[in-house]
Amino acid sequence: MGKYLDLLKEDIRFTEGLTACMNCGMCTAVCPSAGFYDYDPRQIMDTVQNGSDSAIEELLSGERIWYCGECMSCRPRCPRGNTPGYVIQALRTLSQKTGLFVKSEKGRQQLALKRTIGQNILDLGYCIHPTRIDPELHPEQGPVWRWIYDNAKDVFDRFGMGYDTDGSGAMRRIDEGSLDEIRRIFDLTGGTAFFERIEECSAEEAARRGMAEEADGRPRATDEYMNEVFTADSGGHTL
Amino acid sequence: MKRYTWDRYQKTIPDDRFYYARSCIRQNFFPGSEAVFLRILRDDLGVDVFDDAKHTSCTGIGYHSDIVPLETIMTVVARQFALMTEAGYENMVSSCITSFGLYTEILTMWEHHPELEEQARANLKAATGRDFVKPKCVVHSSDLIFHFRERIAEKAKVRLVDPVSGRPLKVVDHIGCHYAKIFPTAGIGGSEFPYVLAGMVESWGGETVDYPERRHCCGFGFRNYLVQANRGVPLSNSRQKLESMAPYKPDFIVANCPGCTMFLDKWQYAISEIEGVTYGPDGRGIPVLSYEEMAGLVLGYGPWDLGMQMHQVSVEPLLNKLEIEYDESHKFLGNNGKYISHPAHCGL
Ligand code: SF4
Ligand code: SF4
Repeated sequence: MGKYLDLLKEDIRFTEGLTACMNCGMCTAVCPSAGFYDYDPRQIMDTVQNGSDSAIEELLSGERIWYCGECMSCRPRCPRGNTPGYVIQALRTLSQKTGLFVKSEKGRQQLALKRTIGQNILDLGYCIHPTRIDPELHPEQGPVWRWIYDNAKDVFDRFGMGYDTDGSGAMRRIDEGSLDEIRRIFDLTGGTAFFERIEECSAEEAARRGMAEEADGRPRATDEYMNEVFTADSGGHTL
Repeated sequence: MKRYTWDRYQKTIPDDRFYYARSCIRQNFFPGSEAVFLRILRDDLGVDVFDDAKHTSCTGIGYHSDIVPLETIMTVVARQFALMTEAGYENMVSSCITSFGLYTEILTMWEHHPELEEQARANLKAATGRDFVKPKCVVHSSDLIFHFRERIAEKAKVRLVDPVSGRPLKVVDHIGCHYAKIFPTAGIGGSEFPYVLAGMVESWGGETVDYPERRHCCGFGFRNYLVQANRGVPLSNSRQKLESMAPYKPDFIVANCPGCTMFLDKWQYAISEIEGVTYGPDGRGIPVLSYEEMAGLVLGYGPWDLGMQMHQVSVEPLLNKLEIEYDESHKFLGNNGKYISHPAHCGL
């Protein structure tokens, strides 16, 4: 058995997600990503089941593991009780731990997710927040969202809950004590280290492209790099 | 056989005393739905629901974007359970299907791998000093509205029926993958018999249409929407659903998941801009309601108190059809009747 398979086996989502795959393709048939991306979860299950180090390394460095939407539509449908979505989660975690994620366009997007969703969690205690859904970056949200974004406090206050104030209610301000607890949980459970790993590997990749800067004595991927990974689509991903 | 299969999908839902865990997406896009959910349970049904200031995001969007490790989210979830325990509650009601899926998934993981529960307990204690008792019951907020649907029907001021013709309104529902597909038997009807919303619709006079792509994902896909370069795939999946439901001429869409509700609304706007295609009559969209909004209308709450001014597809054609009285001039008022402004374009 290869080293990558051994590493995957340390992840409970891998051992729970793959028992024995009979290559029937049911997962691919129901998969919403397979309908549009050049993506076939059946093939991925087959590759990891075969266990070849070089084939798994190719997955970890390539585009395909990043196409899944983690909807878990495959989970109730697999006649063998596998969950390809869980296997994908384990592969993506390993791709980031090994640093191989920066080798693919879709993998490099992890920096954008870390700097948006990840930062929102640590700063605000929310994954998303009205102040962070910029209509310029979200044209699909339409003019009503722009109106909400521009007038958030007035719009939210109509429902009698304390928008961005202390106390309970929708989009309340999360108190500092609770935020500190969340940050300590991230520090203690590897969440902070995982964020730093994404930053470090992205900084190395950004430096190779001349898009790194110094920050706190360490190289850091610039905002330009972050914008590039957020928007770049060199084609060839979809069917 | 069918009876046997259906029985597997039943769940016991307590009648009272819940700890409310809010949803990042529902708070963001449907704050009125969360407000009216609490009003319906407390004021209309006399149910005790605790709304805690101290809970946070479960970090589920980060987890499913693969930036938050499993150990981290397990401990954040353990903290929510600790807050519930400290507040004196044993039942948790989640406003988000992804949180609901994750709470259910983590509790199941702990059952099968007690060492993971021990690790989460130790991490939580070290990081926060807190302890927890696992919830006796985890439900999604739609489970509660479903549970009380007949009591809501008894108090109904509006029925989902065209008052002129007596025709039941045609409703298309969308259940949301993380409610129905992670642990199918944890949700009413699972993905085989998506009944949680259909049960409400039936009890309130409407008719559910079993359209071909009913069980298909809305396409959200976390990174597939959150990163701009990937957005074509979620858009295409929502389009597939809209194309599949449109021939049945539905009066409205009702959705279970806060994200799906938002996407089915916003993508109709995007498709009308990109392709010039609209899915409702007269060049309009199909209104998309959360189940709290649907329940709120049935109980006689005003559409702007429900937050329906925050939709991109306007709901006025549906309100008119149901002969619900509303004041258009109140649509864009803030607190205490203060006029805010008008969105640049709120038609469709
Ligand atoms: S549905 Fe299950 S058995 Fe069939 S290819 Fe997918 S993972 Fe393998
Ligand atoms: S979890 Fe991933 S592989 Fe499974 S159906 Fe959803 S998108 Fe496809």
